[in-house]
Amino acid sequence: MIKNRLVSLVAGAAALLAVAGPALAAGEVVQPPRNSWTFAGPFGHFDATQLQRGFKVFREVCSNCHSMNLIAFRNLSEKGGPEFTEAQVKALAAEYKVTDGPNDSGEMFQRPARPADRWPAPFKNKQEAQTANGGAYPPDFSVIAKARTYERGFPWFLFDIVLQFQEQGVDYITALMQGYKEPEHGVEVPAGKYYNTYFPGHIIAMPQPLNDGQVEYPKDANGRPQAPETIAQYAQDVSAFLMWAAEPHLEARKELGFKTLAFLLVFAGLLYFTKRKIWSKVEGHAHA
Amino acid sequence: MSGHSTYVPKSAIGKWFESRLPIVGLIHSSFVVFPNPRNLNYWWTFGGILAFMLVAQIVTGVVLAMHYTPNADLAFLSVEHIMRDVNYGWLIRYLHANGASMFFIAVYVHMFRGFYYGSYKAPREILWILGVIIFLLMMATAFMGYVLPWGQMSFWGATVITNLFSAFPVVGETIVSFLWGGYAVGNPTLNRFFSLHYLLPFMIAGVVILHIWALHIPGSNNPAGIEKKTEKDTLPFHPYFTVKDALALVVFVMFFSWFVFYIPNYLGHADNYIPADPAVTPAHIVPEWYFLPFYAILRAIPDKLMGVLAMFGSIAVLVFLPWLDTSKIKSATYRPLYRQFFWVFVACCIGLGWLGAKPPEGGYVIASRILTAYYFAHFLIILPLLGLFETPRRIPGSIAEAVLGKQGSASAMAAGAAASPNTKG
Repeated sequence: MIKNRLVSLVAGAAALLAVAGPALAAGEVVQPPRNSWTFAGPFGHFDATQLQRGFKVFREVCSNCHSMNLIAFRNLSEKGGPEFTEAQVKALAAEYKVTDGPNDSGEMFQRPARPADRWPAPFKNKQEAQTANGGAYPPDFSVIAKARTYERGFPWFLFDIVLQFQEQGVDYITALMQGYKEPEHGVEVPAGKYYNTYFPGHIIAMPQPLNDGQVEYPKDANGRPQAPETIAQYAQDVSAFLMWAAEPHLEARKELGFKTLAFLLVFAGLLYFTKRKIWSKVEGHAHA
Repeated sequence: MSGHSTYVPKSAIGKWFESRLPIVGLIHSSFVVFPNPRNLNYWWTFGGILAFMLVAQIVTGVVLAMHYTPNADLAFLSVEHIMRDVNYGWLIRYLHANGASMFFIAVYVHMFRGFYYGSYKAPREILWILGVIIFLLMMATAFMGYVLPWGQMSFWGATVITNLFSAFPVVGETIVSFLWGGYAVGNPTLNRFFSLHYLLPFMIAGVVILHIWALHIPGSNNPAGIEKKTEKDTLPFHPYFTVKDALALVVFVMFFSWFVFYIPNYLGHADNYIPADPAVTPAHIVPEWYFLPFYAILRAIPDKLMGVLAMFGSIAVLVFLPWLDTSKIKSATYRPLYRQFFWVFVACCIGLGWLGAKPPEGGYVIASRILTAYYFAHFLIILPLLGLFETPRRIPGSIAEAVLGKQGSASAMAAGAAASPNTKG
């Protein structure tokens, strides 16, 4: 019987694929390469030094055009993030001016930022951002690592459940930073636009943002940078930072997940044996 | 809900209360001594799982509503506020968002169990129809809930689905205006969807009570598809089925936890982390996975009105299922042909779900049309004819015989009540 079921299932699936095959081939997705991330998998955690480097890249490069409205300075010193010290964050915030008010005389005024303030946006509004960027709006970076993905396709999307693959967004961003190429033969790139292998449609308004040696990394004891000052490294570090920004409680989530599942596993085991015991008295059920 | 209660309160205050409101007796007769068919397998545990999911969704939803702001300018930000600044807000929100999917996984298992074992047949037609009503209410609730974060997919999903109603002649435009609260999807839409999203789960809870009431008149169907006749056929709900349901529920919650803690965004769309923008249409507007088969049916038909009618018809046809299936035999175990067609139908639904996620072009459209035709043929042609032409296998004389075999059930009868598990435990 099971064999018959399988036959009909396979026949149905085969019929489907035969019909849908040509359409499948027509779609074109350039899959970004997979990276190995410290925050992937059931015991994933952020590497604070990597997030600090990523923050430096964001601050010196990305934040000239991209806002990050949901992140406050204080978040940078919270557990499970870049984990700067509170003093560092206080000093960092003081470098920025924010508008506050109105004061007692009804005037808005400028003051140095405090840790509780949000990250200041580079432009006053969307229109100003567009005017400064050739009509294109540089998206906010607060949740960008969760707002980007690519299609995994069958059967990979099923394996992703078991293997806990949730890093499509960061892999895509990492690839995008390194995806600037001469356009493929026959592809017209309009003035003020650029060709990128991984951008959907390939024509992107953002010029290549990162170059080798552009951002200076902290030095180790030997006076060498703690990580290579290359596009590839910058791209990974800033992507990791954006993942944290999008999911600041990722570490707490995975930790609690392990505890929860461990508890439930024991609970299920106890219930299994309880049920066995109760049903053992019933004739005709081994323990069913 | 099962008629006569055998419950006798022990304490004086218990007697005093019971003579005024016999609710403890009702619970006792419905969920303690209620006689269930002894042969229920694990597919029957999904009813309890669904009750748990409804309560879980209401509890997490009520907490979310304490922090959420149903305003087009603030909704997205308030959801992110929950994710970032509310204590364990990320947990509550991921439980609620993934809980919707778990609810649908459980309800689909529950429905297909009903298909397989013929649970919709007499005397359970009303029970089945109440289930279809719950399913419809669930779909409406889930759809409106997905709109609330006010991301791109929320906004455009709402736009596409509400626009469907404009296909109806005469009243279409009016219905759409009522849904929108204006001339486009906007703040009034979000406000009324939030209001209804909070209301509908309590309506579901009401219909669930009717569903359980209707269930407890004939009692559960069972894998043999024959009615319980004697006490030999049954076991009391407690402890036999409370412990079985509890085990299944905990295993299900483990599955649920896997999604919540490790892949919380797997079942969602990345586009919904982009704030709603009426000026930018996403490349692919795709509903949540649990709507995909119906979305495929909608798009399979070139005419808008016919597509909408086919989509609603694909659910409405379920109401008539008890009369479309002409076979007197309930369980597929004893229906060799129906069993084959059941699995083909499962494959058809999965295929439609897969096609619903694909762009409506080329081979996908052709495949959608074939499977849509098959979906309706299953209910309207295959099931009515099968009952007339199929030769069923021999049906056991009783549930006890189905479990113990003819010899076993006879000897068990002879052994008398002393050996009965009902008098133990």
